Amino acid sequence: MIVHRSDWEQAAARLQAGEASLVALWGEPGSAHMALLDQNEIHTLSIACDGGRYPSVGRLHPPAIRLERAMRDLHGLEPDGLPDTRQWLHHDEPYRFLPAEGESLHQIPVGPVHAGIIEPGHFRFTANGETVVRLEERLGYVHKGTEQLMAGAPLERAARLAGRVSGDSTVAYALAFAHAVEAASGVEPPPRAVWLRALMAELERLANHCGDIGAVCNDAAFVVLHAQFGWLREQVLRTAARCFGHRLMMDCVVPGGVRADLAAEGQHALRVLAALVRSRFPELVEVYDNTESLKDRTVGTGILTPALAAQFAAGGYVGRASGRAFDARRTPGYAPYGELEFDVPVVQAGDVNARVWIRVREVGQSVALIEQLLAALPTGSIYAEARPSAGEGLALVEGFRGDIFAWVRMRSDGHVERCHLRDPSWFQWPLLEAAIEGNIVADFPLCNKSFNCSYSGHDL
Amino acid sequence: MRTLLLKRLVQGPLTEPAPAPDAAALAELGAQVDRAARRRLGRSLSIREVDAGSCNGCELEIHALNNIVYDLERFGLRFVASPRHADVLLVTGPVTRNMREALERTYAATPDPKWVVAVGDCARDGGIFAPSPACVGGVSRVVPVDLHIAGCPPTPLALLSGLLALLEDASKNR
Ligand code: SF4
Repeated sequence: MIVHRSDWEQAAARLQAGEASLVALWGEPGSAHMALLDQNEIHTLSIACDGGRYPSVGRLHPPAIRLERAMRDLHGLEPDGLPDTRQWLHHDEPYRFLPAEGESLHQIPVGPVHAGIIEPGHFRFTANGETVVRLEERLGYVHKGTEQLMAGAPLERAARLAGRVSGDSTVAYALAFAHAVEAASGVEPPPRAVWLRALMAELERLANHCGDIGAVCNDAAFVVLHAQFGWLREQVLRTAARCFGHRLMMDCVVPGGVRADLAAEGQHALRVLAALVRSRFPELVEVYDNTESLKDRTVGTGILTPALAAQFAAGGYVGRASGRAFDARRTPGYAPYGELEFDVPVVQAGDVNARVWIRVREVGQSVALIEQLLAALPTGSIYAEARPSAGEGLALVEGFRGDIFAWVRMRSDGHVERCHLRDPSWFQWPLLEAAIEGNIVADFPLCNKSFNCSYSGHDL
Repeated sequence: MRTLLLKRLVQGPLTEPAPAPDAAALAELGAQVDRAARRRLGRSLSIREVDAGSCNGCELEIHALNNIVYDLERFGLRFVASPRHADVLLVTGPVTRNMREALERTYAATPDPKWVVAVGDCARDGGIFAPSPACVGGVSRVVPVDLHIAGCPPTPLALLSGLLALLEDASKNR
């Protein structure tokens, strides 16, 4: 819906008042778009940017600030009243970190190249002795210009790009993109494809949760669990490769359906995997839960308050560990989850331990979902050809990290005119800055891993 | 009780006969890498990983090299935290404009003799991101590359055989 300045400003005011949540905010030359979650429904607003200007949303609602800085960089849109006008994704100008004043403060710059095998980003700590007084993140190092590459891309190439926004969530991204394209062109994927997609999505969640729970244990110097959870992750990836031909299942989900069908042998492998996780996982969790030295590190560390999680509409385990009961599989919901039984675990504590626990519980749910999906897998084709037609579509898909938003505008020749993909990390990264405050510097890796935000997904 | 449980946990997967069809190839490859590394360097090989713009897919598989299934360290290959301790830079991604300087500085900080391995299709020539003005292109646009390991992302086994190829080549040209 194209709106006037006053309606746009009113929407920003409603976000500020907490009456609606910000789902996405993006631009293109000449106009800006916003998606809101209001009464469990997603609404979009568009505004024409006369002279490249529009009223800043971040002025009233801080979660929008980084998005608007990115829109400035990418499309030259000027948000009137934006409180922070430093570049964000572009790094052409010297960067001014926020000043910190006070007695006996010192700064610790970290990155962009980090000590471990992780993505690049810069963290500027201001510390008072051991205690973090402020963390300021600087991101954008892996900005690849994905949105620009999407503009005008043939559908097949665009789908491959979507699957490479954040490699750990390649299934979820490909799915979000496919949903948006299908909404734009009115194509319906066959039932079997819909169920196979869900199988892949749950496998991806399982692999990431297993790996990351182990990595959190590793950052708390508990290596045994890291090894064991890592072994489970490897079993998931090998099963995925056997079933769908690729360990991370890249390019398996495409607009119109899926690329690879699941043979009987693959179904058997998935049942074996589900049984394996059911037998191994609980005893590992028991060790986690009964190891005081480990809990000592994770309980009470890096607390994110429910108020902040709600303000930023934080998705995934970051939100659900701080009382925000949101899961895109339920709201707005998509097939086939309406026909499946699963819980969305929520706790209030908001610390590292709570984020681990949410993921522990979600592993159980994903295994149960995989079993349900296998038990009632529809037969039939796995792909429906889309007739090229112009149109717009959007989608919200629950990746392991949280809700991924996709918006696409298709041209009549079947190419993508514009596409925007919003990673859940946009609303989680700023919260990490808040959660680390008052913790010791040495606990940062642990807090960071418990959030596990995406750099590439965010930097686009 | 807990000690028992832990012991069983530790023993379980390690003593389990490896079910994967590539287990034999893996063991053979690993032994070769170890021999070649010793011939070349007389010790183990230290690797520093640099993400210069990856989608993180390549990192996930490099990580897998360290899990207990592949257990890279048993072959004398070891990831280190600083380029100053490294023999090999393992570089992923289409090099982004924003990572170019960091990659150059990491390369400069690595002592000679050093090798650069470009990992993944993006690292070869920018891959699917090549046309983007936000990317510089393949790793060789920024630092000299000794070897490229193909794949999107390369599997852990492909990574291991790539490291072997590097060592063979390096010892031949000595
Ligand atoms: S090669 Fe593939 S997995 Fe590796 S960074 Fe490029 S897109 Fe990601």
